[in-house]
Amino acid sequence: MSGFSMNRRGVLKSGAVLGAGLAMPTIFTSAARAYTNEPTGANVTLGFNVPQSGAYADEGADELRAYELAVEHLNGEGDGGMLNTFSSKELGGNGVNGKKVAFVTGDTQTKSDAARASAQSMIQKDGAVMITGGSSSGVAIAVQGLCQEAGVIFMAGLTHSNDTTGKDKKANGFRHFFNTEMSGAALGPILESNYGKERTAYHLTADYTWGWSQEGSMKTYTESIGWNTAAAVRTPLGAGDFSQYLTPVLNSGADTLILNHYGRDMVNSLTQAVQFGMRDKVVNGNDFVVVVPLYSRLMAQGAGDNVKGIFGSTNWHWSLQDEGSKAFVKSFGTKYGFPPSQAAHTCYCQTLLYADAAQRAGTFNPCGIVEALEGFEFDGLGNGPTLYRAEDHQCFKPVLVVKGKDNPTSQYDLLEVVDVTPTEQVMYAPDHPDFAGGDLGECNPGA
Amino acid sequence: MTDTKRNDVILLLVVAFFALFAPIILNPFPSDGPLAQFNAGYPDLMQRFVIYGIFAIGFNILFGLTGYLSFGHAAFLGVGSYSAVWMFKLLSMNIIPAIVLGVLISGLFALVIGFISLRRSGIYFSILTLAFAQMSYNLAYSVFTPITNGETGLQILLSDPRILDAPTGTAQPVTSLFGLEMRDTFLAFEYLGRDFQFTYGYYVCAIILLISFYISMRIFRSPFGTMLRAVKTNQNRLSYTGVNTRPYTLTAFVISGMYAGLAGALLACMDPLAGAERMQWTASGEVVLMTILGGAGTLLGPVLGAGFIKYFENILSRINDNVLEAWFAFMPDGMSDFFVVIVHPFVGKGWHLTLGLMFMAVVIFLPGGLMDGAKRIIDWVSGKNRASKRGAKAPAPAE
Repeated sequence: MSGFSMNRRGVLKSGAVLGAGLAMPTIFTSAARAYTNEPTGANVTLGFNVPQSGAYADEGADELRAYELAVEHLNGEGDGGMLNTFSSKELGGNGVNGKKVAFVTGDTQTKSDAARASAQSMIQKDGAVMITGGSSSGVAIAVQGLCQEAGVIFMAGLTHSNDTTGKDKKANGFRHFFNTEMSGAALGPILESNYGKERTAYHLTADYTWGWSQEGSMKTYTESIGWNTAAAVRTPLGAGDFSQYLTPVLNSGADTLILNHYGRDMVNSLTQAVQFGMRDKVVNGNDFVVVVPLYSRLMAQGAGDNVKGIFGSTNWHWSLQDEGSKAFVKSFGTKYGFPPSQAAHTCYCQTLLYADAAQRAGTFNPCGIVEALEGFEFDGLGNGPTLYRAEDHQCFKPVLVVKGKDNPTSQYDLLEVVDVTPTEQVMYAPDHPDFAGGDLGECNPGA
Repeated sequence: MTDTKRNDVILLLVVAFFALFAPIILNPFPSDGPLAQFNAGYPDLMQRFVIYGIFAIGFNILFGLTGYLSFGHAAFLGVGSYSAVWMFKLLSMNIIPAIVLGVLISGLFALVIGFISLRRSGIYFSILTLAFAQMSYNLAYSVFTPITNGETGLQILLSDPRILDAPTGTAQPVTSLFGLEMRDTFLAFEYLGRDFQFTYGYYVCAIILLISFYISMRIFRSPFGTMLRAVKTNQNRLSYTGVNTRPYTLTAFVISGMYAGLAGALLACMDPLAGAERMQWTASGEVVLMTILGGAGTLLGPVLGAGFIKYFENILSRINDNVLEAWFAFMPDGMSDFFVVIVHPFVGKGWHLTLGLMFMAVVIFLPGGLMDGAKRIIDWVSGKNRASKRGAKAPAPAE
């Protein structure tokens, strides 16, 4: 270090000269942009931020497949999927607003911090105009907050907590997926007609925003049909082993176990509950039953035979026979060799809805998109007629009540649709107490 | 000027140069070129480099000087973040009160935890700090949810009181330093196909890093620092000579906790969200890795280690199969597939594997961390190596 002489003044001088030199040929671009990451080239970049590790990694992988498929369809590759059945015909398979759709991916790790870092890098480094994804409501809410600050659109993927479009709603965030309130409203009558009014429920709940929300909604609706709640126990997200939480269930006098778990948590807790022989027990003269309020085909696959006869609700199922669902299942199946999950479906829809809104608005400006999506009514995306409500940016559509199939014909044919609960039955007022306390604010175009 | 003093000034200037010009230095590749993937010069990542650098500098004051290995430093990081976000919610979006409260509260926290944990040394101390940190994590995750908002993380809402600020109406409030918004880009330009972005947030962090680095340097050179080194070298001998080491170690622990709190508060200032996972043991382990990777007990090492790990976390983890296919597209079909399969486990979600291998390589071949490597290169270039090979090699820390 002593070979060359260097004094403070010299370093300061050379630093100043270097700085001035670099600043000379500057083209100031920040002022030229009307909104964050306005695409100036031939491409528009979308950011797909999904869990690739953690308890929801399976859902994340399927979401990513759906996003890639959606991008193909938007760019006119493949068979077009649900673009052909979508009620809005603005998109022609030649990109969006004349620009080819490109994408970047990131790993949320099912952690809010990591998800935000990943989304930040998509916005700041890759120039994404829209971030979508998230399994886990905690992550979705965190990223939604970031997108609001940064001035990009957030199209929520698989997030089921009331809070996403309730107390944590944001003007730049939109959710196609249903929520726990809708699950409760759809499941209540089915549970009543199948299991009667005299039951005692024991909740095991994933300890974060979605779990709390799900537990609250299930309590509301089961108690309204006369059920008692024995206890509600919170379990850490990604616990792996649930035996310590399951042991007290049988001694509590409860005859119904409600598993407010999702992803691998649900696979593990349900499998262990079945291994404990719970479903063979008779308590209070009732057969012991298990209810899984939020179901997915991926989870059913993970839990195998254990799901037979178990009720739950789902946003979408691949066995639906409307034109949109058939088209989607066909193009997804052709590309990947198996049917899509509900996570894949909602992510695919969100991408299409965003692209369509941008096309209709003629811009990628978040405020234009917000305007185009608020109060938007559409059909042909597999759920029947759907409304994007302006007050809270939540989609309203029928909810499926499903049951684990007793005699599955294939490894994917695990759930049967018991009931399609019409939209009116799951509709709630924007100022419903479970959704109160939030404020959309105004759209933020950033820059 | 003595030799050490002169070297310190040079070191500080070098750090200042890299910190101030990082937005340019870290963007060596054209933004639409094939290597743009490896650019790290965007504000969020640079802020992380700097903030985790501060975190590691603070950790090094404890671990590098006294040898006490704390496995629970993330607790202070989390406490700093929560305090800062509460300041944003209650008082003002100005970052000054948030940083001050973050540092103070984590200092208090460190005082309590340090007072108890420092009754033991060695592995028992590590386990105690780990236990406290895990306890804090679990409390933040599920018990104190009204304060911490659990897994979702504490966020800023429109409805927060913020008694010093004028209401923003329906626009989301943003963190600022007397009107300079942290996420605001004050200069952005394109030069030779490279996109350069300069944000206020990064420069606030960079200046705080320089101050922190300077303070740490003064501590290293002070009699207090010498005392801490004595604790590391032989605590028993100190006790036998009648020195009570506890006040020294406790002070080091609290200073180090305050550094962590400062880093946590800065994280919240740059991105106003505090999540419980910031306190998890993996986060505590990360700062240990950073310090050891860079070189424990050296001034610059921890900062390098922090940058190294954050770079891998954010750059390597975002290389997916599509990117790999594009890289190997020039090869014949079968061969490119083969290479994609070979490289796949090491990038994307497998970045931990690469980091692990690197860490092993560093620990085995460069026991003194990256600084050791740098020193060996400098010695080799200047020819010192050949001379010192004959004689006993002085175990001087590489600085």
